[in-house]
Amino acid sequence: MRIFDPHIHMTSRTTDDYEAMYAAGVRAVVEPSFWLGQPRTSVDSFTDYFDALLGWEPYRAAQFGIQHRCTIALNPKEANDPRCAGVLDVLPRYLAKDGVVAVGEIGYDSMTPEEDEALARQLELAVEHDLPVLVHTPHRDKAVGTRRTLDVVRESGIPPEHVLVDHLNELTVSMVADSGCWMGFSIYPHTKMSEDRMVRILQEHGTERMLVNSAADWGRSDPLKTRKTADAMLAAGFDADTVDQVMWGNPVAFYGQSGRLDLEDVKPDETALFEGNSVKRGGE
Amino acid sequence: MAPPIPTALDHHLTPEARRWLTDAVARVGDDPTAVRTVFPAVGRHCGRGPLVDGWTVADAARARLLAALPLRGAALAEEITALHRYGDSAEQRAVLRSLALLEDADASFADLGVPLVRAALRGNDTDLIEAALGPYAARHLDEDGYRHAVLKCVFCGIPLDRVAGLTERADRELARMLADFAHERVAAGRDVPSDIWPIVRAHPGALEASGLPAEATSSSSDRRAAAAAALAAFTGAE
Ligand SMILES: [Zn+2]
Repeated sequence: MRIFDPHIHMTSRTTDDYEAMYAAGVRAVVEPSFWLGQPRTSVDSFTDYFDALLGWEPYRAAQFGIQHRCTIALNPKEANDPRCAGVLDVLPRYLAKDGVVAVGEIGYDSMTPEEDEALARQLELAVEHDLPVLVHTPHRDKAVGTRRTLDVVRESGIPPEHVLVDHLNELTVSMVADSGCWMGFSIYPHTKMSEDRMVRILQEHGTERMLVNSAADWGRSDPLKTRKTADAMLAAGFDADTVDQVMWGNPVAFYGQSGRLDLEDVKPDETALFEGNSVKRGGE
Repeated sequence: MAPPIPTALDHHLTPEARRWLTDAVARVGDDPTAVRTVFPAVGRHCGRGPLVDGWTVADAARARLLAALPLRGAALAEEITALHRYGDSAEQRAVLRSLALLEDADASFADLGVPLVRAALRGNDTDLIEAALGPYAARHLDEDGYRHAVLKCVFCGIPLDRVAGLTERADRELARMLADFAHERVAAGRDVPSDIWPIVRAHPGALEASGLPAEATSSSSDRRAAAAAALAAFTGAE
């Protein structure tokens, strides 16, 4: 089984996770730039983070046989911090990079005027750079937030097939299905969305434009939720081709619209170096 | 003899890549800020493979974009310093390889690119170190900086024939440093890279002043063996 996790924050994960993911069939991931759990206080911390998403992290992933791409944006939470507003000015440099396959995560957190402004500007940038976008939907007041997100997306003029609306649930899936955007589901331990509920959504809404991710990060999360959902799909009677469509074909089709996905066959190789540095420790 | 880099680039580009690059050069000529988004995109439009003399296709195409910048002196340095700051390693390497060409075209650029050379020399990326040690570094690094750059190459396994200006700039102090380095290697029972010997040989007495010859009578057999190999390489024709 081959798996493409279209949303996972590997910067927060360990090399054990990479090994377990490879063993579970994960061969490609997209890491959206997001907030780090604690506020950044300057534009420079963002650019260092973006550099890591384009440099060190893909190198680290490749040691374990996993191809790593990223999405770049000013996230909605920090869009509210005036110290971070300058990030919008450096984004064009980053959106031109080979490793960037979408603008993201953008969207709403608390639906403030600052978030409106950042969302609108970044949708414009996506159109300008001909990139797809990954849109985060708020965890609080999700239905209203998702509805408003879809309105803003429509007004921006970006083609709906260039938009992936993420963190959906039973109450928000239909409006996104109707919009023509792609639908993303983050499968978490204990809360929000489980693999069994995901299977029921797929049974009800089909597998077209459907993406499943682990959204694993520095919080309680599980980078193997993609594989566990695939297993749950098989147990529920989906055939292997349909599982492959959801776990591989759909993310490849969505991010492939960037023209930069360019997946090749990588094999685990711990001997390679990044800027002369290795993931190995001395003495190994 | 390999063709000059611009000719090699023209031969190498597909018609589509050539159109993209011509258009990008024109855009940069009209508005220098356009370089900020075309410079990172070069690899996927023009290719990334090897060209000539250690340059890649992308290096040569990026050099052409930098040459098209309608900027001089400090303004030019500011723009390329930002490209280097925000660049991935392929972009940084192209900036470093282009420094001599930028100075050739604009004398007021002068030594304004030296901080980028120094940044590369502080790092561990051998690709960037090699790119930094072209003719521009040979012209601008002071004696101490140049000697330490050569020593760093020896430590990182970068062949010294990749370092510009060595014939003119290698001096007795560098020969001493390399002889001491060789002694250290021999004392550890290890091989010495052969490309340091021409420099040490060119400065009679440098080897003798190091402790290396005495290693030939060391009580440890691996040190004796390493010394014998080093001394044979030193006196050898090559
Ligand atoms: Zn996320």
